[in-house]
Amino acid sequence: MKQVIQVTINGKPRQDEVEPRLLLVHYLRDVVGLTGTHIGCETSICGACTVLLNGVAVKSCTILTVQANNGEVVTIEGLATDGKLHPVQEGFWERHGLQCGFCTPGMIMAGVQILQRNPNPTEEQIREGLEGNLCRCTGYQHIVEAIQYAAQKMRT
Amino acid sequence: MATKLIGERIKRKEDPRLITGTASYVDDIKLPNIHHVAFLRSIYGHAKINKIDVSEARKLPGVVAVLTHDDIKGVLKPMPCVGGVPDMHLPEHYPLSGGKVRFVGEAIAAVVANDRYVARDALDLINVDYEPLPVVVDMEKALEKGAPLLYEEYGENRGFTWKISGGDIDKAFQEADRIVKLRLVNQRVAPIPLETRAVLAQYQDRGVEGELTVWTSTQIPHGIRTSIASMLNLPEHRVRVIAPEVGGGFGCKVDFYGEEVLIPYLAMKLKVPVKWVEGRRENIQATDHGRDQINYIEAAVKNDGTVVGLRVKVLADMGAYYQLLSPAIPTLTGLMMCGPYKIPNVSMEVLGVFTNKMTTDAYRGAGRPEATYLLERTMDAIAAELNLDPVEVRMKNFIQPQEFPYKTATGLVYDSGNYQAALQKALDHVGYKKLREEQKKLREQGQYMGIGISSYVEICAFGPSAATATGGWESATVRIEPTGKVTVLTGSSPHGQGQETTFAQIVADGLGLTMEDVTVQHGDTAVVQYGIGTFGSRATAVGGTAVYLALQKVKEKASKFAAHMLKVDPKGLVFKDGKIFPENNPEKSVTLTEVGLAAYLAKDLPPDTEPGLVATAFYEPKNFTYPFGTHIAVVDIDPETGQIKFRRYVAVDDCGNIINMLTVHGQVHGGIAQGLGQALYEEIVYDENGQLLTGSFMDYCIPKAHHLPKFELDYTVTPTDVNPLGAKGVGEAGTIGSTPAIVNAVVDALAHLGVRNIDMPLKPEKIWKAIRDHAKK
Repeated sequence: MKQVIQVTINGKPRQDEVEPRLLLVHYLRDVVGLTGTHIGCETSICGACTVLLNGVAVKSCTILTVQANNGEVVTIEGLATDGKLHPVQEGFWERHGLQCGFCTPGMIMAGVQILQRNPNPTEEQIREGLEGNLCRCTGYQHIVEAIQYAAQKMRT
Repeated sequence: MATKLIGERIKRKEDPRLITGTASYVDDIKLPNIHHVAFLRSIYGHAKINKIDVSEARKLPGVVAVLTHDDIKGVLKPMPCVGGVPDMHLPEHYPLSGGKVRFVGEAIAAVVANDRYVARDALDLINVDYEPLPVVVDMEKALEKGAPLLYEEYGENRGFTWKISGGDIDKAFQEADRIVKLRLVNQRVAPIPLETRAVLAQYQDRGVEGELTVWTSTQIPHGIRTSIASMLNLPEHRVRVIAPEVGGGFGCKVDFYGEEVLIPYLAMKLKVPVKWVEGRRENIQATDHGRDQINYIEAAVKNDGTVVGLRVKVLADMGAYYQLLSPAIPTLTGLMMCGPYKIPNVSMEVLGVFTNKMTTDAYRGAGRPEATYLLERTMDAIAAELNLDPVEVRMKNFIQPQEFPYKTATGLVYDSGNYQAALQKALDHVGYKKLREEQKKLREQGQYMGIGISSYVEICAFGPSAATATGGWESATVRIEPTGKVTVLTGSSPHGQGQETTFAQIVADGLGLTMEDVTVQHGDTAVVQYGIGTFGSRATAVGGTAVYLALQKVKEKASKFAAHMLKVDPKGLVFKDGKIFPENNPEKSVTLTEVGLAAYLAKDLPPDTEPGLVATAFYEPKNFTYPFGTHIAVVDIDPETGQIKFRRYVAVDDCGNIINMLTVHGQVHGGIAQGLGQALYEEIVYDENGQLLTGSFMDYCIPKAHHLPKFELDYTVTPTDVNPLGAKGVGEAGTIGSTPAIVNAVVDALAHLGVRNIDMPLKPEKIWKAIRDHAKK
């Protein structure tokens, strides 16, 4: 039995009929057509599918779409405003915080959450904040620097 | 060569789409009426299949086809292996197995449905009548008499024996003062790109001449096209392979997999677009694994630390089948067994062994990390045995800078090197002398601090075609458009290395343009002339050189046009700031836009000149290149828990001339992280029944941000004369250098207790046990 859900995605409200078992990540990618959110493990560990749901970073690969009913989702596509990159996105570009780019949208969303909770994190706090996100390319050092860059930028 | 952009830290052209979520990986591509595939995979490590009943699965609404071995037998050829060695047993290997399965995760049926959830549902409705067979997962046991056989027809689990030698090994051992022996296990690991494998295929039936388009997450699109065409009996020009964004490869996407032919086959057969995206569990089960060697090492040494001979026997676990290059990988270990040292007498015997596990094949460094690991652990063992400093043993045996080009005992010719300088720079950077003094004091206080050194040389820039399994050349086209802007086509199909930026740097520099003026295209066989791909640290040294050579050709032609327009001599014209002019007369210039337009309008061509401004080069390197360096890890170990804490990590690499310092840093960082992963955390484990115990991210640990130290990077620059860029390659350096550095550091920390070796991964429990066992003595 399909269910009707209402959800706001990147500021735009929409209504869809979905199967109760449909994962949020598949809804975003296959139904809404926002493919910036990636699937890396389907077990909540790699973090490639991280989005903000009601302001909290969640792994969209293990959340059912129906659980997002009446909620507000922000994906990587909704982060830049008026064509201007979010400081975390800018940091990733400036500091070479990515290589293949597959984990990057999830990493950026995690970075946004880290800075929302603590605008002035230490290196260690950033590394701990990235606990839920895996990257196989960068060795993380440039990702940490990217988030530090963004922190600096958002404070000034 | 102008050096305005080359060597600079330039941020990447490819990043904007990747940081905004607008890039397209295979799974992001939408086509109308797309169908999805799910694979049923063996749950046994070794079993006979008596029967597969797919009738219930076929009835499920939404399912359009279920395929088993019977459906493809005689239709598809067996999977290719191009990395063969002489006299090997070559098992037949099909995309779907019938009759027998030989590892957990082996594909036995494919379901196609109009929805990815339905395809997975249908797997539960397939009934397989398995008859479990005895399993062998341990290489040493697999070679014992009476071991269960994967292929009864061979009468053994040995797939091949491959040997290499140089000098007089027996004499070396007779003349040695001592023999240092070691048995090392280089454990099985998984490459784990964050994007799993994915394939999408569409067949467009255009009457007689249909065209098959395949999107696949690969490092070698042209090679995949050749393989698909061959397996499906299609003419190659009617197959188009596209590697869009590729979310990491690390060698495992140099392979050609069964899914890469089955999905296109299904698309042709069913006349609908068909997609398969590998799950993470499938990825750990059925995408190439790496390493998995046991090394029995004997080093013949003099009392002063000189190594006069090295004899190594290698067991190399092939897993259950060969993939594209499997047997060739450990031959690289043999070729590189001398490393940066002047070891005159060597011999290696490699036994490829079949076991009930997934196949091993290329993984970042492919065979060279194994060589460096065995060699650098041996250097430390020699130092410990002779009570010498590990630095002294290395310095004593290094090839001298003035001896290059240097021919090794295994027959390779190293292009250029200065191993002493890299080691010395790393020692200075880390403050080695002081650290040793501190270590002495700490030991007196019962604290364990270790310093691990690893000097390496690697074989890169694959390579001369005669010496490589596939062609070793690379291609490029540089096309100045009528607007004066430039399109570059490269056969070096990247998966995160940033060729769109580095190749644009080379071209923009050469033509006096900006980064924005140059676009680099790759990864589409319909757009790019035949190419080889990105692996073996060949992108810049081989692919970049092809770009450089095509650039020279197109510059020559552009010079002719400009000279004709300016009525000057075409020789020695300068390309700068979008203009072309005689060196002594910058005022008299034409813009590249004017030249571009003239070349295509073709109203007034220079004599004997064709219209257009395009040039293509196929660059065949005359030799490999040999980057090198030294990595030093400094660790503290908690005696109570065996937990490791990094103090320092210093890497001095020499990759020849550097095009973009930023991307080189990135490559080294990522490489160290992967090598560190193998040293400390990563391990593919099968139990004795062949069940994969590390089949998810819950059990297979790749390093997270807080596991890693801050890397301190430095470089020496020793250009190669193999290519005009002087670039050697850096993609695998970090992985090769880091693993032995870290293990050496941990063993060094416990050396005063008498610990001589701990096999990887160095989990706290193992270290704690080593401390406990030796403290007892």
